[in-house]
Amino acid sequence: MAAEKTVTITDATGVHARPATVLVNKAGQFAADITVEYNGKSVNLKSIMGVMSLGIPKDAELKIVAEGSDEKEAVEAIYDVIKQEGLGE
Amino acid sequence: MSMIKGIAASNGVAIAKAYKLETPDLSFETKKVEDVASEIKRLEAALDISKLELEKIKENARKTLGDEHAEIFSAHLLVLSDPELITPIEDKIKNESVNAEAALHDTATMFINMFKAMDNEYMRERAADIQDVTKRVMAHLLQVSFPDPALIDEQVVIIAEDLTPSDTAQLNKQFVKGFATNIGGRTSHSAIMARSLEIPAIVGTKTITEDVKEGDILIVDGIDGDVIINPTVEEIALYEKKQDNFAKQKQIWAKLKDEPTVSSDGTHVELVANIGTPDDVQGILNNGGEGVGLYRTEFLYMGNSDFPTEDQQFEAYKSVLEQMGDKPVVVRTLDIGGDKELSYLDLPHEMNPFLGFRAIRLCLERDDIFRTQLRALLRASAYGNLKIMFPMIATLNEFREAKALLLEEKANLVNDGVSVSDDIEVGIMVEIPSTAVIARQFAKEVDFFSIGTNDLIQYTMAADRMNERVSYLYQPYHPAILNLVNNVIEAAHAEGKWAGMCGEMAGDPIAIPILLGLGLDEFSMSATSILPARTQIKDLSKAEMASYKEELLSMSTADEVEAFIREKTNQ
Repeated sequence: MAAEKTVTITDATGVHARPATVLVNKAGQFAADITVEYNGKSVNLKSIMGVMSLGIPKDAELKIVAEGSDEKEAVEAIYDVIKQEGLGE
Repeated sequence: MSMIKGIAASNGVAIAKAYKLETPDLSFETKKVEDVASEIKRLEAALDISKLELEKIKENARKTLGDEHAEIFSAHLLVLSDPELITPIEDKIKNESVNAEAALHDTATMFINMFKAMDNEYMRERAADIQDVTKRVMAHLLQVSFPDPALIDEQVVIIAEDLTPSDTAQLNKQFVKGFATNIGGRTSHSAIMARSLEIPAIVGTKTITEDVKEGDILIVDGIDGDVIINPTVEEIALYEKKQDNFAKQKQIWAKLKDEPTVSSDGTHVELVANIGTPDDVQGILNNGGEGVGLYRTEFLYMGNSDFPTEDQQFEAYKSVLEQMGDKPVVVRTLDIGGDKELSYLDLPHEMNPFLGFRAIRLCLERDDIFRTQLRALLRASAYGNLKIMFPMIATLNEFREAKALLLEEKANLVNDGVSVSDDIEVGIMVEIPSTAVIARQFAKEVDFFSIGTNDLIQYTMAADRMNERVSYLYQPYHPAILNLVNNVIEAAHAEGKWAGMCGEMAGDPIAIPILLGLGLDEFSMSATSILPARTQIKDLSKAEMASYKEELLSMSTADEVEAFIREKTNQ
């Protein structure tokens, strides 16, 4: 079954280009399909255009979903990046 | 040959081939293709070479600008590897049997329009990023050359509409001998960069990109503001001579590097420099500066994803103070807001940013931000000769409030046993006419004045200095400006304080004799203007310049002032 985790964005400017770059690079390290859901839309987290196209603002609730052999590690790693980058919790 | 006139932005003479930095013609025809597989290969090849170029640009930016600024190119690289972009292009080639150009164009346009439609300024700007990278790929598909300052590997003069910060960041001084642009003025970004790179530059030519063809031989005379296209052998010889003389002149200037700045009749004035980062200090030392007259702290805050911490700021201030030894360092507290935005500080859009919520106005309301900076400055004060000034002061109360916060934080630090210097002078920028007019009242409370002419002129003349249609009103020698400047200097001296000036006017050869005569104590300018200014002042008599004071202050126009000074100083 898929692994998932919900986070709230606390960064004042939301998910902008630099942290989006870090997130996409991190997602690319895993075999699992990873998506991020926001506002009823779901995009591929391995796609910079996808992530930026969500236009994620402050206070957004995001759901990170991974499906594949390393899905658990993937979700945790993404969650860690979000915390490290000061994006949210 | 033909000659184009522009605004001399950075002195020196360059003679080299023209390199046009502009987007080439990327028009294409939509065609049906039969061999779909080889069309996809062609697309992949164009993507690969584009990525290689971007890696190179990123590396360059990292070296010249630092990691933060190089990050934008990481995002560009990810766009070119993005399955959400690449897969639809490949699908389009496969399913519709169209050429790669058409598939790339249609798919990219769809994304660009999507980003442009977003209700978020930041996302709309990202549309420009996608446009940039897809243009590069398109150029490779069409096999037209895509100009790129980072890829230049022979001696050239760059010709462009304008140069953006990221363009100038990629300029390699070894190959780029100078540049000329259509737009801009002496204070525009490209001009300031040219002076710090010490390459000749001419801005505001209006038509240079139309007048010059790729590969034309050009002479860029940054001393007089002329560009000569395809010069004759004689002209080249003439300008090589001028180049030589300029090099000799620079050597003469260099001899004055360790000399104090003294007028012919023995008055000493201080020539100091404007800086933005600790890296700029080397330029001051190389050019014999006697201190820092304006340390713009905004750069610590810009290009970041969050406010710099107290420790980050402390390290930067300490580095500048230590490098300058016992020489004075005047730090201006945060001047942000209005036109200078921070991505992480959400400020409402304003109709009149130059008249709005910015600088000290913002700092007094957001004292959390302000106190962090003041603490960092106070801690750094133990490492050198620090002076602090507040920007955009319009009323005495603003100064009193800001100073009270400073003293409060000082007491806190002293209580905690942190060592803080006891002789930090606290002054203000004079850039708002109201403050210049009642400088006498301010002088009783401040330790010094620094006249910020760029803003003082635009506020006094009510003319936006970025608006080319009213740029004729930007008149440093206007008698109204001279009277305000004189008022500030007299007020300072009446209370035994000193008055300085930061802004382009302080390094201007016409303004220098006037300011010397008015009694200005400190001139703060671009580091490269210091030695020419010292040379000029050495030959000026302060007493003579002071004797013209009443006459200058009662003149009616800036032209009269300029003509008078030119005549008296043989310029």
